[in-house]
Amino acid sequence: MQTTYLDFEKPLMELDKRLDVLRRLGTRSPTEEAELCRLQEQCRQLEAAIYGTLSPWQRVQLSRHADRPYTLDYIAALCSEFVELHGDRCFADDPAIVGGLARFRGRPLVVVGHQRGRTVAEKVRRNFGMPRPEGYRKALRLFHLAERFRRPVVTFIDTQGAYPGIDAEERGQAEAIARNLREMAGLRTPIIVVVVGEGGSGGALALGIGDRVLMQENACYSVITPEGCAAILYGERTPERAAWAAEALRVTAADLLALGVIDSVIPEPLGGAHRYPEAAIALVGDAIAQHLEELAALPLDELLARRLAKFRRMGEQAIAEEDEEMEMR
Amino acid sequence: MAVRAIRHVQEEGESIWLKCGTCQEILFRKEVERRLFVCPKCGAHLRLTVEQRLFMVVDRGSFVEHDSTLSSRDALGFTDRKPYAMRLAEARCKTGHREGVICGTATVQGRRVALGVFDFAFLGGSMGAVVGEKLTRIIEHALAERLPVIFFAASGGARMQEGVLSLMQMAKVSMALGRLRAAGLPYLSVLTDPTTGGVAASLGMLGDINLAEPQALIGFAGPRVIEQTIREKLPPGFQRAEFLLEHGMIDLVVERKDLRRVLSQLLGLLCD
Ligand SMILES: [Zn+2]
Repeated sequence: MQTTYLDFEKPLMELDKRLDVLRRLGTRSPTEEAELCRLQEQCRQLEAAIYGTLSPWQRVQLSRHADRPYTLDYIAALCSEFVELHGDRCFADDPAIVGGLARFRGRPLVVVGHQRGRTVAEKVRRNFGMPRPEGYRKALRLFHLAERFRRPVVTFIDTQGAYPGIDAEERGQAEAIARNLREMAGLRTPIIVVVVGEGGSGGALALGIGDRVLMQENACYSVITPEGCAAILYGERTPERAAWAAEALRVTAADLLALGVIDSVIPEPLGGAHRYPEAAIALVGDAIAQHLEELAALPLDELLARRLAKFRRMGEQAIAEEDEEMEMR
Repeated sequence: MAVRAIRHVQEEGESIWLKCGTCQEILFRKEVERRLFVCPKCGAHLRLTVEQRLFMVVDRGSFVEHDSTLSSRDALGFTDRKPYAMRLAEARCKTGHREGVICGTATVQGRRVALGVFDFAFLGGSMGAVVGEKLTRIIEHALAERLPVIFFAASGGARMQEGVLSLMQMAKVSMALGRLRAAGLPYLSVLTDPTTGGVAASLGMLGDINLAEPQALIGFAGPRVIEQTIREKLPPGFQRAEFLLEHGMIDLVVERKDLRRVLSQLLGLLCD
């Protein structure tokens, strides 16, 4: 059951509470059964009204929702035999990124993703899903493992961004991210990227180069957080400015599909992944399975050529060629 | 492909005085110029225009610009206090350049190289689709001609006004550098003040050899963002070139007067 309600979700709160009481009953009287049906119908209508027309800013808030499934929830539900592997072999194990070997619908693969925490203690331990360089280096180590043993890679993206801290800078945050971009680009095994929450800038992209980049309907992906953008351009972090920035930056899955940055949008049940995690996870699983199958059919050289060609074109709509020479001073 | 030569022209109406941003000393421009825009008092390496950079690194008259006709299109229709298109027009007027990076080929002490020089005065040297495209194309030219590549970075990072398209340029350029690497061609990354964000976290740190100018600010997160996050004062010298050298992130800190010689020497040691 939902634990946290965003402002625009508040109308659902009372309804959810009553529904929960009725659902928990071992046996229901005919009156209770009728009331349950009535409330469920009411709930569906309210969900349609609330989630049917979300603004970009509301989607940003949903992408960060405390009840949304996180990477380990996806792995637990979709994979068997998950063996988490730890450490970058240089400095430490970064709990903000998790990864390991697993079996997905019978197929062994390497899975890596950002991991936020649920409880306060876990949030702190996982640094709110903001990786340090050792997190990216662990991810790279696992990517290379996948390459050596010809296992496909699936990554889950869910971070506000790479951690901006003294230690992270000392150990080369920029270098760790840059190296992952270069290495993922040439990794000789299929890569599927799924943006399941917040795709925050370079910290997200460092796990985000793939043959397929998929994005859940209410996930977001941006060069900067809307709040950060508002702070730079207007010097204020008010919700109104952030809402403006969320729209201006084009951060929703539909926007990114139109811009050619992602390959496909994975639908979420009406009400979102945070209200219906099992159904949302199943949809993600089906999408991964479908794309894995398509990619497995491609020869490796063809796979890499297509990956290269895809990223080579990124941003072409923002490029113009002018005829005349520019007058130099 | 468009090709054009760049001349070094003394800007008209430039003040004969300059202020050093580091020690605040008022300096005589001609004297500073003679010292390659290094402060005679404190040794600070002042920021350069693209023309100044080329003038002090490449052999006279050898630079041939590539892809000079590429310019940015406001793909998102981004308007904050000003429309992005207006910001671009202003940057063009201010710098005399169409975009935030100038790429081309030249010789450095007789060695042919492919070059990219960021223009920090052009919207903070931010990397949008055109900057990413020009860098990628010059890498591709280097691949075709088997030339080494040298980039002089000076950038605040990705260009916000192009949204996630600018973020993807990090991927595009890093991918091209991966191909250059696979082809066995050297890439020298010269990090100049300042190189942060998405430019540091892509082409900036991917050099076979990473060099930096003294005291250059280099990092992923900007110092102000870090201060706000950790709510502490940053240690002195944090994210400066010498700090990165000490932490193993760059190979060399090179004074500007030695840069041409060191670049040429490194290319010789790698390619001869
Ligand atoms: Zn000075």
